[in-house]
Amino acid sequence: MTLRATYRDAGPVTVVDLSGRITLGDGSALLRKTLRELLDQQRTRILLNLADVDYIDSSGIGELVSGFTSVTGRGGEMKLLSLTKKVHDLLQITRLFTVFDVHSDENVAVRSFR
Amino acid sequence: MTPESKHLEVTLETQVDSVNLAEEMCLRVAEAAGFGEDECYRIGMSVREGVINAFHYGNQERPEKKIYLAVDLTDDKMIIHVVDEGKGFSLRDVPDPLAEENLLSTSGRGIFLMRAFMDEFDVVPGRTGGAEIIMSKKLPGPGNASPNGQGSGGGRAAAPQQES
Repeated sequence: MTLRATYRDAGPVTVVDLSGRITLGDGSALLRKTLRELLDQQRTRILLNLADVDYIDSSGIGELVSGFTSVTGRGGEMKLLSLTKKVHDLLQITRLFTVFDVHSDENVAVRSFR
Repeated sequence: MTPESKHLEVTLETQVDSVNLAEEMCLRVAEAAGFGEDECYRIGMSVREGVINAFHYGNQERPEKKIYLAVDLTDDKMIIHVVDEGKGFSLRDVPDPLAEENLLSTSGRGIFLMRAFMDEFDVVPGRTGGAEIIMSKKLPGPGNASPNGQGSGGGRAAAPQQES
């Protein structure tokens, strides 16, 4: 299943709804393109909704990390919302839970941005 | 793979589609061998990472080079070989992606994931001069509980298997 990405505003935060797989090729490329687009629009408070992402490979993980460093490098914040069990486990074993701010409630997540 | 056949091999092009093809092929073998959903996920992910490694690091994304994938089903395990036509590498030279200084690295987690998700994992010099990744998972069944079923351990070295 290819990745789909749409975004919407939740106050000052841009919520990116992703669905599908973030893997080598089109999935990783679409995530990269979407985040670049947001940064070009000066949107630097980004919440990635991963509720419908059931698969991420090392390329997808790399893209998440790359996006995170790009956003924080611009003085912004990028957080994650609603991880599926597989993605949760993947971030746990790769120790990326210590890097990303992960939320399960969108309202709480939106309020957590500076 | 028929019930009589215990060995399957395919030559893949050095392209992104080969990653998905290899994953799908090995998932079918794993399902037919009786692995459950979680173990199939771990096997599929490991195959993806092995072929990504061959595609990107081994063959340097050069389309004239090939990737060789082989799957063996023995009495007690599923063994996967991924061979590239690169220069080979040593596991000792692979940075630890869990080290604090590497957490924000955008690459270098594939080997770690294969080690975590499979029961046995090793890299040896391949017959084509590149690297050969060998990884295995114990078949499901009574008395055959996978020692690495939770995906949180580290794959032990897999002895290279004689291909039938």
